[in-house]
Amino acid sequence: MTQAANTYEELSCQELVELVTDYLEGALPAELHERFDEHIAHCKGCQAYLAQMRATVRATGTLSPESLSPEAGSALLEAFRGWRHESG
Amino acid sequence: MQSEAQLVAALRAGDEEAFRKLIEMYHAMLVRVARMYVSNQATAEDVAAETWLAVLQGIDRFEGRSSLKTWLFRILTNRAKTRGIREGRSLPFSALEPDEPAVDAERFHGADHNWPGHWASAPPSFPEERLLAAETRDVIERTIASLPPTQRAVISLRDVEGWSAEEVCNALTLTETNQRVLLHRARSAVRAALEQYLEES
Repeated sequence: MTQAANTYEELSCQELVELVTDYLEGALPAELHERFDEHIAHCKGCQAYLAQMRATVRATGTLSPESLSPEAGSALLEAFRGWRHESG
Repeated sequence: MQSEAQLVAALRAGDEEAFRKLIEMYHAMLVRVARMYVSNQATAEDVAAETWLAVLQGIDRFEGRSSLKTWLFRILTNRAKTRGIREGRSLPFSALEPDEPAVDAERFHGADHNWPGHWASAPPSFPEERLLAAETRDVIERTIASLPPTQRAVISLRDVEGWSAEEVCNALTLTETNQRVLLHRARSAVRAALEQYLEES
């Protein structure tokens, strides 16, 4: 802890959780990315948190995309036929 | 699987099957995105339906400079914004929802502790087999449904539909930063709901 504080102030876990999405998106500035990695390397809690976030993204990815309702589908097809008729 | 150029050509020729394919792929998402700008579901559906008509009427002018998907969502967002303004709504990103912490402050040590801001107790890990159970997926779906419309649209496009960040920014005319802020809030909310659900049961 004190060693890291010599070079720059260490991230707290509370700060880190707000950076996780930018981290996963590869959007953190290089210096902050490094501080993130250094924190994670020795912090079990944040390792667990990052794993939770990754698991969350993975689980969300297994949802089925929302499907078209039959009512909306037939109304749209009706409109399509009207358009085709008009445009000849 | 038809290519986009083939779909466009078929649509120009008045092929109903091509149109059916497109509405199956995109209509539900169009409604969800429109809901970011307008006040209710019926108006959002209305705007999405208008968008399809505009697409059909403009398909001869579509030059393929952007992808069909981007073009489609651009038409939608323009219309939805106009409709939202007419409804007297402020645009969603000029008024981002108040900043909620990703994790409840109580989970961290306070300022009087030796290690302020560090975990009071480490977060539990999510058991893989439970994560993919049908009930868990229901929890995720319900949580996404309860999010503000902007966050809901972004997490659906990114994490459910698998769009890239760039595609979402283009289609919704969001800055990269706003896109990430919205994604962060949405994912954080889903994570918190999952943690609570998996701990309770």
